[in-house]
Amino acid sequence: MSNNKTKASGGFLDKLNNLTDTNLLLTITVVIFFLMYIGAMIFQGGGFLKAQQFFNLLNTNAALIVLACGLSLVMITGGIDISVGGVTALVSMCCAVYLDHMGGNVFVSVLVALAIGLAFGAFQGFLVAYLDIQPFIVTLAGMFFARGMTTIVNTKPFNVANEAFTKLKMTRVIIPGLGSVNRKGDYIDAYVEIGVVVALLVVVVMFCLLRWTKLGRSFYAVGGNRQSALMLGINVKRTRFLSHLLCGLLAGIGGYVYFLHVGSGSPSHAMGAEMDAIASSIIGGTMLTGGVGNIAGTLLGVMSLGTILQIVSAAGLGEAWWVGITRAAMLCLFLIVQSLVMSRKKK
Amino acid sequence: MKDNIVLQMKNIHKSFPGVRALQGVDFTLRKGEIHALMGENGAGKSTLIKVLTGVYSKDEGDILLDGHQGPIAIHSPQDAQKVGISTVYQEITLCPNLSVAENMFIGRTSGMGQNWKKVNSDTDKILKSLDIPATATQQLETCSLAVQQMIAIARAVDMDCKVLILDEPTSSLDEQEVEKLFTLMRDLRSRGVGIVFVTHFLDQVYEVCDRITVMRDGQLVGEYEIKDLPRVKLVSKMLGKELDDMSDIKGEQKAYERKAGAVPVLEAQGRVSDAGIKPFDFHIDKGEVNGFTGLLGSGRSECVRAIFGADRVTGGTIKMNGKPVKINKALDAMKNGIAYLPEDRKGDGIVGDLSVRENIILAQQVLRGFFKPFSKAKQYEIADEYIKLLSIKTASADTPIKSLSGGNQQKVILARWLFTHPEYLILDEPTRGIDVGTKVDIQKLVLKLASEGMSVTFISSELDEMLRTCSRLVVMRDRKVVGELSGDDLNQSKVMSTIAGGDK
Amino acid sequence: MQKNEVKKSNENILMRMVRNQMFIPLLALAVLAIFNLIADPSVFKITLSENSAGNPVLSGLLITVLDNGSELAILAIGMTLVTAASGGQDISVGAAVAIAGSVLLRMLCGGNSRPEELAMPIIVAFLISCVVAMLFGAFNGVLVAYFKIQPMIATLILYTAGRSIAAWINNNELPVITDPGLSYFGGFIPGIPIPTPFFIAMICVLIMFLVLKFTNLGLYTQAVGINENSSRLNGLNPQIIKIISFVILGLCVAVVGLIKVSRVQSINYSVIAKDIEMDAILAVALGGNALSGGKFNMAASIFGAYVIQFLTQTLYKFKVSADALPAYKAVVVIILVVISAPTVKEWFGKMTKKFKVKEVA
Repeated sequence: MSNNKTKASGGFLDKLNNLTDTNLLLTITVVIFFLMYIGAMIFQGGGFLKAQQFFNLLNTNAALIVLACGLSLVMITGGIDISVGGVTALVSMCCAVYLDHMGGNVFVSVLVALAIGLAFGAFQGFLVAYLDIQPFIVTLAGMFFARGMTTIVNTKPFNVANEAFTKLKMTRVIIPGLGSVNRKGDYIDAYVEIGVVVALLVVVVMFCLLRWTKLGRSFYAVGGNRQSALMLGINVKRTRFLSHLLCGLLAGIGGYVYFLHVGSGSPSHAMGAEMDAIASSIIGGTMLTGGVGNIAGTLLGVMSLGTILQIVSAAGLGEAWWVGITRAAMLCLFLIVQSLVMSRKKK
Repeated sequence: MKDNIVLQMKNIHKSFPGVRALQGVDFTLRKGEIHALMGENGAGKSTLIKVLTGVYSKDEGDILLDGHQGPIAIHSPQDAQKVGISTVYQEITLCPNLSVAENMFIGRTSGMGQNWKKVNSDTDKILKSLDIPATATQQLETCSLAVQQMIAIARAVDMDCKVLILDEPTSSLDEQEVEKLFTLMRDLRSRGVGIVFVTHFLDQVYEVCDRITVMRDGQLVGEYEIKDLPRVKLVSKMLGKELDDMSDIKGEQKAYERKAGAVPVLEAQGRVSDAGIKPFDFHIDKGEVNGFTGLLGSGRSECVRAIFGADRVTGGTIKMNGKPVKINKALDAMKNGIAYLPEDRKGDGIVGDLSVRENIILAQQVLRGFFKPFSKAKQYEIADEYIKLLSIKTASADTPIKSLSGGNQQKVILARWLFTHPEYLILDEPTRGIDVGTKVDIQKLVLKLASEGMSVTFISSELDEMLRTCSRLVVMRDRKVVGELSGDDLNQSKVMSTIAGGDK
Repeated sequence: MQKNEVKKSNENILMRMVRNQMFIPLLALAVLAIFNLIADPSVFKITLSENSAGNPVLSGLLITVLDNGSELAILAIGMTLVTAASGGQDISVGAAVAIAGSVLLRMLCGGNSRPEELAMPIIVAFLISCVVAMLFGAFNGVLVAYFKIQPMIATLILYTAGRSIAAWINNNELPVITDPGLSYFGGFIPGIPIPTPFFIAMICVLIMFLVLKFTNLGLYTQAVGINENSSRLNGLNPQIIKIISFVILGLCVAVVGLIKVSRVQSINYSVIAKDIEMDAILAVALGGNALSGGKFNMAASIFGAYVIQFLTQTLYKFKVSADALPAYKAVVVIILVVISAPTVKEWFGKMTKKFKVKEVA
């Protein structure tokens, strides 16, 4: 990450000025996340002092982490995908119907999830990359299509009672040494769900992909300057297509992780997840204009968003609207920060 | 092919609908030379380069390259790179958000993997060998423009190029940066690379080049050794006027005499904008036609844009009829009776999808205000009046302006500004890219307007147009005003020598 | 529309018809009508009956289209302007309708969720909700014009927060208004058998028509949308014009909020005007207006809105549930954007050329 061996002589401000956009935005995110979390520990205490609180943050947001990784990828390439929430709901519903009503196999259900994600990714990617249609319109239609299809597959929400699936869902990874003692004096292990493992794996893979592979760097190149990328000999259309395809795949994986967490199918699942994913990605330092972003930042973005929402509800503002308003305020704040960073760049 | 010739283009033809951009152009490049390709706008040099780099396909002609048997076919920039023809453009075509090393190597190999350690060390080696002050892991954005330009060149060189095309690489660099770039170019020359150098800066040509090929109107004018072609001659070749051709075009304008004590219609002092020109002074009297002249990129458009407030104004004052006025944006200028026909007709002038009628009334409509639209009937009346007055060829007043020919589009924009009844009219390249008939119409119109008391500033790349219409010329070179000519000095040789920089 | 049309051969008239902006919505309407006719001709029946209040009212599929399509038509007016000026769409209209409706109810109730009588006249409450909706519009506009954020992303903020804000305004209570005066706007005025929303829409259309005729709004928005640089050099302020378009959309949103609230005499924050942004965008696209901004045809957008509503009602007729509707509309959107995509048009143009060449040969 330290591609900053410039002659950063001089004071702190000079160093700040020499930071690349990626690192500047990432720094802002890191600082904000830790300030927030430490602030919550000091002022609210209680749950925030327990390690499990942190792991629960991961447990509830595992799916969002995966979705946000996909969005970061598309946004780095200069696009956007707002269908991921819809795809998540569709994946949950299809898998639920398959496992519960049709008594399907868990392994196959994973394949179903991936196939749905890939199908969305491929179709949207084709329209965006090869027919050059605005990604927003395409994925807006994708979102409505996925939501509609979810109710067409099944109108009513229901829980999955498939044994193999329930077993997988209940699988917990124990984190040794970080447990806590409850009121009765029993030691309770700290744990994360299996989805978190998947999510962290996705983060690592995506981080490596974006940081070190040629494809990953092509995403940055195309997002940074499409014309230049073309002149440098990069296949721009294919790169954009692949970004949407990968985002679709990740939406499929994220959808399954979500499904694992909730264990049910419902048309109202993952409502607004696309907005959360975009917001997390932006908070994590991904620029909407493309070419700037970092998966580590995205992970922190999801955690920041989760933390602030938890703080809001812990502060007694439990009503649903505070959550919505806080989320939008965060998004607005970071969008404006980005806009200012952009104008800094022009100078 | 002869030993030291690396590239030969023979009898290249290229047409676009309605334009013959290249007509039988030859071009020869030798090993280890820096070869300037010169010509005014529309001369065809960028078309020639685009044919060479595979952006356009040629209609006719052969391209021969050292080491290849017979003519070669180039269909895309990638093809060109493969055979060893690399181009570095004015706008840097690298990705600012990637590291230097990534910019050097991305898009060059297929396959997924890349050994970044090796790439980084290779890059550092190349940078060192070419003496470029950058490191492999540095983000490109943090390098200065000149260094970025050099990295683009380094990329080209590392791809084993035999022919390096530099398309106006210096236009956004300062003097020191240009010097660094030239050192690199000389170094490459000594390594046997053939360099094609396109620029508008004459000083630079004489500083680094060995040979000059001049083009005009899509045709080859000639190839010269640098020592055989002094500046003034070069300018005359580019403009297509022989120096000894003293039968000067007599100005059709009435000899303009300045009345003593007359207050200028507009007077600018120390005006400067953020478009990169030096502060300048300027004035124009009632009924006068004057012009800014200079080669392309000399800053003539930037000057008039600064007067009109089209770019962000950063300093200087303006007086209209002796009274100081504040002009920071276009509306200020319009309210003070200034009209500006921009150089970039498509980008700044026409509103493409709107009708001829709407394009004509636009400026005056803005001046009248939001709540006072012209009635439809009035709009048609106005449009028809100007269509007739300027004999604009259009199917109807409702035709979208973008479907008109360039000349007629220009007349519509002219109509738009005439309709605001300005005191002072600025015409920036009104005759570019339009047919001869329309050019003459516009010149006549300018003289007529001046005789009716309007002050006009007229800018054109074609010197005879300027000489025919203007009674005073402000000469610019390298973004600053270097002279002012009027009266007997207004002749081709004097103008050319001023443009070229005196007796040098 | 155009006066100076020169008459040409019959073939050209056909071509002009196809190119006319009204062609696509008209074609869509015709297809829908024929489809309905074949499936069940009775859908076109309009009956006059008495409603529960004892007033004579018209009913039937077409009346429902007029009724519900009017909300959409009002939004389409604003959406068309925003699209033209900014080259993007506002996706927060549904959430903004919730806010406007919530403000309206809050003003009418004055803190009491089951008021015996209204806290203030409906018109005053409506004007206040207009101001609030326009402020939110201006917020979107500022993000787009001054911070240069793409319209769809900028409006994403309000899309996310809008319904929460709406709930917050009324403390998450669900006030119910019993005053019959409010019900007229979304229902029927006693004695008039045609649904009131249609009249409201017609008033909005008339006002818009007058505004376009007696101000330069149309010229300015189109000029800014087509060529921002050129507009600036002609003395326009593109930023202000973009903001104005968003503010006008805010006004349209407030009107729709009034109708929506009037229909149920209450509000459901998460359901009110759900997915309406999709329909509004679709109306603009179906009207043949480029979603990338520039020239617009207001009449075509408004007409498009009614056609979209016709499609919705037809789908309902065929037992498609309200939740599944978006899937079908998404398909329509994709078809529309694909056929209007430049690359596809280019390809289509090449194909017809080839075809013509073959014909000649």
